[in-house]
Amino acid sequence: MMTRETTFNISIALLLLAAPIAAHYAGEPFYVTLATRIAVLSLAAVGLNIALGLGGLVSFGHAAFFGIGGYAAGILASHAFAGSPLIFGLPGTQQMPVIWIVAVLFGGFAAFLIGLITLRTAGVYFIMITLAFAQMIFYFAISWPAYGGEDGLPIFVRNQFPGINTLNPLSYFLLCYVLLGLALLLFRLLADSRFGAALQATRQNDVRVASVGIPPYRIRLVAFTISGMFTALAGALFADLNRFVSPSMLSWHMSGELIVLIILGGVGRLFGPVVGAALYVLLEFWLGGITERWQFFLGLILLGVVLFARGGVIGLVAGRARHG
Amino acid sequence: MADPILAIDELVKNFGALKATDHVSLDLRPGEIHALIGPNGAGKTTLISQIAGTQRPDAGRISFDGRDIGALSVAQRARLGLGRTFQVSSLAPEFSALRNVMLAVQAVSGSSFRFFKPVMRDPSLMEPAMAALERAGLAERAHVAVAELSHGERRQVEIAIALAMKSKAFLLDEPMAGMGPEGSSRLTGFLDGLREEAPILLVEHDMNAVFALADRISVLVYGRVIATGTVDEIRADPEVRRAYLGDEA
Repeated sequence: MMTRETTFNISIALLLLAAPIAAHYAGEPFYVTLATRIAVLSLAAVGLNIALGLGGLVSFGHAAFFGIGGYAAGILASHAFAGSPLIFGLPGTQQMPVIWIVAVLFGGFAAFLIGLITLRTAGVYFIMITLAFAQMIFYFAISWPAYGGEDGLPIFVRNQFPGINTLNPLSYFLLCYVLLGLALLLFRLLADSRFGAALQATRQNDVRVASVGIPPYRIRLVAFTISGMFTALAGALFADLNRFVSPSMLSWHMSGELIVLIILGGVGRLFGPVVGAALYVLLEFWLGGITERWQFFLGLILLGVVLFARGGVIGLVAGRARHG
Repeated sequence: MADPILAIDELVKNFGALKATDHVSLDLRPGEIHALIGPNGAGKTTLISQIAGTQRPDAGRISFDGRDIGALSVAQRARLGLGRTFQVSSLAPEFSALRNVMLAVQAVSGSSFRFFKPVMRDPSLMEPAMAALERAGLAERAHVAVAELSHGERRQVEIAIALAMKSKAFLLDEPMAGMGPEGSSRLTGFLDGLREEAPILLVEHDMNAVFALADRISVLVYGRVIATGTVDEIRADPEVRRAYLGDEA
């Protein structure tokens, strides 16, 4: 029998697929872009959900990985566009698969290095140190004129994927949707695996984990690295969606937004990031059309969730998480 | 006499001016239950923590299974075969009893860095975990979240975890605490058999259990071992009677 959560998740997945297809054939490409934005932010938050939801690691610096992914796309594309070599004479590229691999590798490497240091701390210190690292990268991007500095870096033509016209909004949405689906599948596998069991146990009681002979620090470091990889991939997609990369992708607002998405949707829940991102983007769109101060209402909703629905929307719909 | 599996030599741990562990030496030999008794605040748990690695001694040596483990982490010591239970149950509360024990099976049966195979469909994890729970007498409650288990049941989960770790020595910190009289007597019988599997360093306040089980007893007072001996020797020791046992013996 299917649980309520599974039914709800499938409905959300189908809705997120059906809405932009309908919009596309109704001649409303704007809504397709809106759905793509939801898919990409979801993917970024799925990454954070590994660290935050499964591992209890409240990273306030995931914008770093999001931005690194974005800049990987922007920098590679700008070199390909200008025909100028990168370092060591390597050429740039406009091929998305290559860009994604580069984004994931750099995102993972950055997360590994940042994790090496930050994961020696816990609680508020962890939050502050992850923030500090992300801010360092943010200011570095601002002060690096080669790639636009404060003004950011445009991607003149959206990067390409073999066999797909990425300039078609629906095609690009479907590409992002498939990647989000794969990421959710990986998240599920990870959560149910031995590694996931150890990671979720470190969130609950790391002394216990160490006492049975599993090193919590290494478990967390691997989780943080994987988490950064997912978020970096989303960053690359986000850059191509907007055809623009700027330091704002690296700013602490972005890190906060990702945390808000997860809390809205449901911390540690498979579809928490998707539901959170959908709510966030739709509120931004509807309320943003009514008032510039739409985030005031977002704040009220967040307050409501934190006070009355700890498990986020998914918790409200499907009840508390169960761990077999 | 067989070589001790665990040997502590001149261990010292100070918290400021407080001597929590004051030049303690003791050992644990194969097949025995060595009980550690003493009044509250004598430093029993501090001593266990230093053996398990959650606290670092200021001086002294701890060797286990023939090697110096002073520089090893908690997880490394556990993998060598030091199985610890906690005075206050320390488990993953959202997980079921079974999943808590499965974590221990997972730790001894290879790597935790496996990312794809679901644990709840892995008989190589579930079966040994279930067997350990059965031995600890908690099989019927295996699928209940630890947060919903009673205090005594959580103690049983702790025992099951220590069993599942296939430990070469057990460090049991007040396993009877919070158990009813029936539970205590059942656990006493269980520990009696367990010593054949691996020796036990037992911290316990329940003197009936200690006198029934212990091959040797060490008495810790203000961080110092004031006496070590058989049950009869300890019962007869005037200094022990004055410091701790009082009229009880």
